[in-house]
Amino acid sequence: MYAWLQATLILAVVVALHVPLGDYMAKALDGGPHGRTERVLYKVCGVDPDREQDWRHYLFALLAFSLMSIAALFALFTLQGKLPWSTGHEGMPWRLALHTAVSFTTNTSWQNYAGESTTGHLAVMAGLGVQAFASAAVGICAALALIRGLVRRDTAQLGNFWVDLNRTIFRVILPLSIVSGIILIALGVPQNLGGAHTVTTVAGGQQTLLGGPVGSWEPLKLMSGDGGGVFNANSAHPFENPSAYTNAIEIVLMLLIPTAFIRTYGRMIGSLRQSWTLLAVVGILFGLLLAAGSLAQNVHSGTVTAAVGGQYEGTETRVGIPGSTLFGVAATGSADGAANSAYDSFSSFGGGVLLSAMMLGEIAPGGTGSGLYGLIIAVMIAVFIGGLMVGRTPEYLRKRIGFPEMRYVVLYALVAPTAILGCSALAVALGQGQSSMGNPGPHGLTELVYAYTSNVNSNGSAMAGFNGATDFHNLLMSAAMLIGRYVPMVFLLALAGRLARQQPGVVTVGTLQARGVNFIALATGAALILALLNFLPALSLGPLAEGLL
Amino acid sequence: MAAPAPVREKPAESVPAGAPGPSRRIGAGLLDPQQLWLALPAALLKLNPVTLARNPVMFVTEIGAALTTGLAIAHASLFGWLITAWLWLTVVFANLAEAVAESRGRAQADTLRGMRRQTVARRLVGWQPGAGAGSYIEESVSAGELRRDDIVVVEAGELVPGDGDVIEGVASIDESAITGESAPVIREAGGDRSAVTGGTRVLSDRIVVRVTQEPGASFLDRMISLVEGANRQKTPNELALNLLLVMMTFVFLVAVLTLQPMAIFSKDFMAAAPDGQALTADGVTGIVLVSLLVCLIPTTIGGLLSAIGIAGMDRLVQRNVLAMSGRAVEAAGDINTLLLDKTGTITYGNRRASDLLTVDSVTGRRLADAAALSSLADETPEGRSIVAYVRDKFGLEPTVPGDAAWVPFSATTRMSGVDLAGDASRADGGARRLRKGAASAVAAWVKENGGTVPAALDVCVKQVSASGGTALAVAEQSADGPARVLGVVHLKDVVKPGLRERFAELRRMGIRTVMVTGDNPVTAKAIADEAGVDDFLAEATPEDKLALIKKEQAGGHLVAMTGDGTNDAPALAQADVGVAMNTGTSAAKEAGNMVDLDSDPTKIIDIVEIGKQLLITRGALTAFSIANDIAKYFAILPAMFGGVYPALDAINIMRLHSPTSAILSAVIFNAVIIAVLIPLALRGVRYRPSSADSLLTRNLWIYGMGGLILPFLAIKFIDVAVVQFIPGI
Repeated sequence: MYAWLQATLILAVVVALHVPLGDYMAKALDGGPHGRTERVLYKVCGVDPDREQDWRHYLFALLAFSLMSIAALFALFTLQGKLPWSTGHEGMPWRLALHTAVSFTTNTSWQNYAGESTTGHLAVMAGLGVQAFASAAVGICAALALIRGLVRRDTAQLGNFWVDLNRTIFRVILPLSIVSGIILIALGVPQNLGGAHTVTTVAGGQQTLLGGPVGSWEPLKLMSGDGGGVFNANSAHPFENPSAYTNAIEIVLMLLIPTAFIRTYGRMIGSLRQSWTLLAVVGILFGLLLAAGSLAQNVHSGTVTAAVGGQYEGTETRVGIPGSTLFGVAATGSADGAANSAYDSFSSFGGGVLLSAMMLGEIAPGGTGSGLYGLIIAVMIAVFIGGLMVGRTPEYLRKRIGFPEMRYVVLYALVAPTAILGCSALAVALGQGQSSMGNPGPHGLTELVYAYTSNVNSNGSAMAGFNGATDFHNLLMSAAMLIGRYVPMVFLLALAGRLARQQPGVVTVGTLQARGVNFIALATGAALILALLNFLPALSLGPLAEGLL
Repeated sequence: MAAPAPVREKPAESVPAGAPGPSRRIGAGLLDPQQLWLALPAALLKLNPVTLARNPVMFVTEIGAALTTGLAIAHASLFGWLITAWLWLTVVFANLAEAVAESRGRAQADTLRGMRRQTVARRLVGWQPGAGAGSYIEESVSAGELRRDDIVVVEAGELVPGDGDVIEGVASIDESAITGESAPVIREAGGDRSAVTGGTRVLSDRIVVRVTQEPGASFLDRMISLVEGANRQKTPNELALNLLLVMMTFVFLVAVLTLQPMAIFSKDFMAAAPDGQALTADGVTGIVLVSLLVCLIPTTIGGLLSAIGIAGMDRLVQRNVLAMSGRAVEAAGDINTLLLDKTGTITYGNRRASDLLTVDSVTGRRLADAAALSSLADETPEGRSIVAYVRDKFGLEPTVPGDAAWVPFSATTRMSGVDLAGDASRADGGARRLRKGAASAVAAWVKENGGTVPAALDVCVKQVSASGGTALAVAEQSADGPARVLGVVHLKDVVKPGLRERFAELRRMGIRTVMVTGDNPVTAKAIADEAGVDDFLAEATPEDKLALIKKEQAGGHLVAMTGDGTNDAPALAQADVGVAMNTGTSAAKEAGNMVDLDSDPTKIIDIVEIGKQLLITRGALTAFSIANDIAKYFAILPAMFGGVYPALDAINIMRLHSPTSAILSAVIFNAVIIAVLIPLALRGVRYRPSSADSLLTRNLWIYGMGGLILPFLAIKFIDVAVVQFIPGI
């Protein structure tokens, strides 16, 4: 009862906040005048903010920016020992540095290292912190380009990447981070540049406590879809997430921008009805995941779990099972990937639910920007089948989904399943891959598939028993993240370019409109069935086999 | 509505199986099993991987079947051979669907080819219009050598050697070979009825024809290639759907291939589990892996896709419509605006008398009598309709003595009538002069002859015009008295029955109808209201029509129209779907992307429905095919891995009695469902004009939900009723 009340309250807050934030984002991100400081910034960078780019130039700018980011992070990590504020940490070995650089640039933030023992304050703030902003903004930029493709007609121009990037960071993520950071600090999250403090505990023992810019990092970690922790324990660490209140706020923060962005989408296409429809699809998917997760975490047949009344292993007593389950579903349903409990210790089915949340393609509600464009692709597939079923060439928002458009939709949809299954199979087939499993048998397989699903989908959460910090996994995961993040973006922007050139059709009663109960059922069903069909064989040998044992 | 498609005469041997009944329309009827049997050789020929590669889903299935054949030979087992046989049957069933669809068209093509006899053409060299017989040379050439702009002469009894326009003379022509209509038609130089088609026979007179085709590109040639479906181009939506199917096939291929290392890992972990027929220490056996793949990839829609397309085109041919491309058929399903010519499409070509309005104290009978008398010699349809109206309403059949003097209609007097000599036998006695015609002309005549024009005339005329009709005033002059106005005949455009309902249907489909007419706006509005069209374009010239189409298209509408005249050609070419009437000019037929052999302008409504039905059938079967996969997983996954993880038997919710039976049952279902759905693919799913919302509701629940549930029942049934009795399975 209390659990559902908590979930309902938190989700109600997200839905309530998504309206003003979404409206604000629509106004702030698209069109309107440039600010004075922004003009100075553009001038310094040599960008003409009023010159728009076609899809190729937009993509080129996006990829160039991301590549430069990876290079900069890589340099920062490998040279850490020679730079200030390293708090005594040495440079990372190159494979780990590569993985970490790719991980934070792709908004994945899978960490093959423990934060407190590897990265100093400079690496966290100048490296990870900057990329938390930037990588989240890149996702939103790609989504903005797609939306413009849907809205515009007879043009090749999709907007200016640099303007979109700048506005997302300085008009949206930064102000939100400051506000929510102050709230979290007020609720007890520490914020300092201190090093290790050795304290004497109540019981008389000695303990080393690490400080750091935690309060400023937390909102970023959660809101940007980044999810990487200052501490290895992530939000299970009391400094990152001291109480049930901060836990609730952190869940809200994870869901906030992706959800609000659906509203932004509705504003930009001029149809709030469409955004409510998409929100309903997202809500149903999220609700199903949460219900399944809660069921799996509370009802379990193991002797110990039955005795204590639930899957308590690996959860923090501060937040309990419901708080952990909701946090887990929110962290995997959004592409954030933070954790306030040990996902590896979730029940087999519970872990399977988190895995499934990612396998859906990070659309419920998904990452910043990426959640929306993933959702739009899923909706386009639903619209395609539904459009045929009503006897017309399929169209979405008055744009035809014909052969040229389907080409990119289909290519987009191919990438994630192929990469996840391909990398997982490769890792299982090779001894180097298998040796990283923390457990034998089906649970080990779950850990491994979870790892690659998380990497390809830019999630970043992990079943911690799995040791990704090997040369093999550092390299394969880097590849998985790069493919999973950027290859779909190529097809996405090509699709946006194609759509922008189209002349929109008209809406009549003969047109399938992407709204209403039937459409919601179609879109939800298509997203669920298509994702499940791809992954059910792998799931049956992992969580299903384990849970039924 | 169009009459049932006329029966095309064809030699008996070309009729595909079954009796050539009076209606050859392949409607909702059952598929004659013999038809399948006859198409079998063609289906087997289609196993050729080179041709099958055009269909990626079935190509993958065939490779799978070849693979299991090899495996079954290497490790012979009953299970292996049964799976292999059913995988081959899956491909054969899909080929059979295509072959049956094609066989229907091929029969028609054979008939047409029979007509394309090599006739001898009489080519005229140096012929000039109006030139005498000596100024040109006639030579005999094979019809196949005729080129565009050659001039030929055709006389009674000869076949027209190629498509062209009559440039001199008039002839009656038997076009039954092309249209199936046995009544001869008149073709004459100039105007909108000048086009002749190669292969038709001139019955009377002599015509000079300018050839408008290049060799091998005649209408007949195009018809043959269309109905035969040879080198059929995939339509845009078919291509897009094919992409989705390829994507799914590829992902399932990845899913199945990547399963193998995971299966080996699992088997390794549970090393104590005994090897089964599905899973050994080397992983999932090839036969089971292929079975899983074939069950998952969308074979149902993949196998039926091309049959659906061919059958859609065929349904058009059955209704005597020739589409120049499948693209046009699909576009027909997409149109938002339908332009309809008033005359001939919405109304019968002619106005008819619908009412008589008297002025002053004139009795109805008197007016009726006068109107009928004055029209007796009037052979125009309007005149005849007045006589018929008077007969039906008043029971009057006036006759006229032989000495009556007819006054024919002329453009200057705008009146016609009759002058009757005195006749004592008649009640009203003496001589009479009767006139009927345009109100102003009749009024002038009355004044000229000493009468006065009552104000009521003007009132009647206005009343008739306001309702969209045409007023004909009737006046008489008895003996030497003054002329007087008797009243007005209300001539009216008669809207064809049933159109209102059809336009309402179109509205439910989201299609706006626009009536195009040369009438003035008042008349146009009245008819538009009566017929129930959404909008009208009055006083329209061909340029207006073209401009309207362009304006609609600029607003994102897709426009369809019908036309027959040379004037219509630009608009037909501009429209997204242009249906030319077969009676029309060559220019119109060239410009449009469909030709209606029956020349029935309302046919376009059928065409729209066929286009929609084609897409709906594809969409519905795609949803069905995808939804089927869930049940197949529930059958195959526990069968595959129950050996290593016995607990997985919990998801064997169908309680299939053994792993091999489960896999075999799923494979059998997968194959049989293709065969079962062949009739549906050929016929198209049931379509009633309605809104997108209700169509989605209906099809989503029937084919989506049905596709989810049906295979659970069917696989269980196959397991219980058949497979479990096979020893060793």
